[in-house]
Amino acid sequence: MPPFLRNPAGGSRMIRFEGVTKRYPRTGAALADVSFHLRKGEFAFLTGPSGAGKTTVLQLAHMHTVPDEGRVRVSRFSSDSMRRKDVPQLRRRVGYVFQDFRLLERLTASENVAFALEATGASRRKMRQKVQQLLGHVGLAAKAQSHPSELSGGERQRVAIARALATDPLVLLADEPTGNLDRRAADGVFELLRRINDLGMAVLFATHDAELLHRHRDVRVLELEHGSLVYDSAGEEAST
Amino acid sequence: MRALREAMASLRRAPLLGVLSMTSIGFSLFILGLFGLTAYNIDLALSHVEEQVQVVAYLRDGTGESRVDVARKEVVSFPEVSGVRYISKVEALHDASQELTEFSDVFSNLEVNPLPASLEVSLKPGYRNPDAVRRVAERLRSYDFVDDVRYGRDWVERIFSLRRIAGAASLILGGAFALVAVMLVGTAVRMAILARSEEIAIMQTIGATEGYIRRPYLLEGLMTGLAGGLLAFGLTWGTWRLVDASFLKVSWMPDVWIVAGIAGAALLGMLSAGRAVRKELRGLYDL
Repeated sequence: MPPFLRNPAGGSRMIRFEGVTKRYPRTGAALADVSFHLRKGEFAFLTGPSGAGKTTVLQLAHMHTVPDEGRVRVSRFSSDSMRRKDVPQLRRRVGYVFQDFRLLERLTASENVAFALEATGASRRKMRQKVQQLLGHVGLAAKAQSHPSELSGGERQRVAIARALATDPLVLLADEPTGNLDRRAADGVFELLRRINDLGMAVLFATHDAELLHRHRDVRVLELEHGSLVYDSAGEEAST
Repeated sequence: MRALREAMASLRRAPLLGVLSMTSIGFSLFILGLFGLTAYNIDLALSHVEEQVQVVAYLRDGTGESRVDVARKEVVSFPEVSGVRYISKVEALHDASQELTEFSDVFSNLEVNPLPASLEVSLKPGYRNPDAVRRVAERLRSYDFVDDVRYGRDWVERIFSLRRIAGAASLILGGAFALVAVMLVGTAVRMAILARSEEIAIMQTIGATEGYIRRPYLLEGLMTGLAGGLLAFGLTWGTWRLVDASFLKVSWMPDVWIVAGIAGAALLGMLSAGRAVRKELRGLYDL
């Protein structure tokens, strides 16, 4: 079992949105009364057109922001009782992958992964072992010393995924991880995330890639429109 | 270790900014150092003048020596008093003829000694202020054989107002320069944070603590402040050597002032960096 799955959380619900409303001062409501949950080890697509509120859902689950109404619960953390000093602990339990990779260009692939380990207090020895293991897991052991500029888009996203796994998260939030990739690279990244999910990690995959959704109809779909959850293929708790 | 590495890397990445803020702090503190040197020398001169503060009680003619002796013992026991010297009429005349040589003929032809005997009361350091001097004078006046008490009230008060002005000026100028230094270090740190905003965002995403993120900047502020403090020390010392050797004898400040100044500069650098980091990191969470 990979190290990031050694401490699965208790309880079956990894992420819970309970009547969540979020408003931004300039743009108004981003989410309106959204309720759903993601179980431990579950894989779900979060879809909807641009501006539907996908990123807001991910940011709320990552406690980058808090709801104006309702409650977000992630593992043992809850938005209504969360303190500022608890945020780093939560973030180590919730990996985040961005559309634009957000790798540090001056660092190599292995250094980018090591950066996450160092920032969360891993020892040098543990860092060396784990970097190798993670890069091996995402199929980039041979490119450990390459800088991001020397890697393809798909490879960069794999490094970003390896970095997100460095803190042994229980759930992975992916914000349009295939949005900047060609079809082949996108499929490769999707398959990697499925493999990670098969090992027991919950994945919430935000995308508006219709083809990807069509080809993987077995995956649960949560669809947002104008900030409301309009469809949940699992048939649970859709707010409208 | 990581914090030190990052702080050094940050200074290396923007050396001009680092040198600029260090130099600015150095020059601000240099002016403060010059002011400290001046204030210290004013203080030394004032302390010297203060040592001369005395209360003189002139005694009525015919006061018996035994009464004066008892009074002298009582006055010595006053908490403000460090010593009492009895000047007899004869000694007073002798002293006056020594000090006022141009009147030596007048003094030598006197049939009756017109000068009174007196008690010269010196005060302990810390009691050479107008209130204490007035208190001692009042108590001396209460003796029936004391005819008059003099203590140069005006100049005692002038010395103290001078000292108060010097103290207030040090505080105001010191505060102003410290504020400039805080703003400079803050700006340098804020620019360093902006230059590394991408890294900071990644660190926050992966769950680095705020302490971990802050440490390199605090260290950078500390190093900049320390370097500025050392530069200010060098400039102040050089100026002192030049002035002391060429046209005005001035005393160098006590070591403890120097150590406190340099440590204060380092602390100031760190605190202003801390303030800047806190400001920049605030608002990243809604929590």
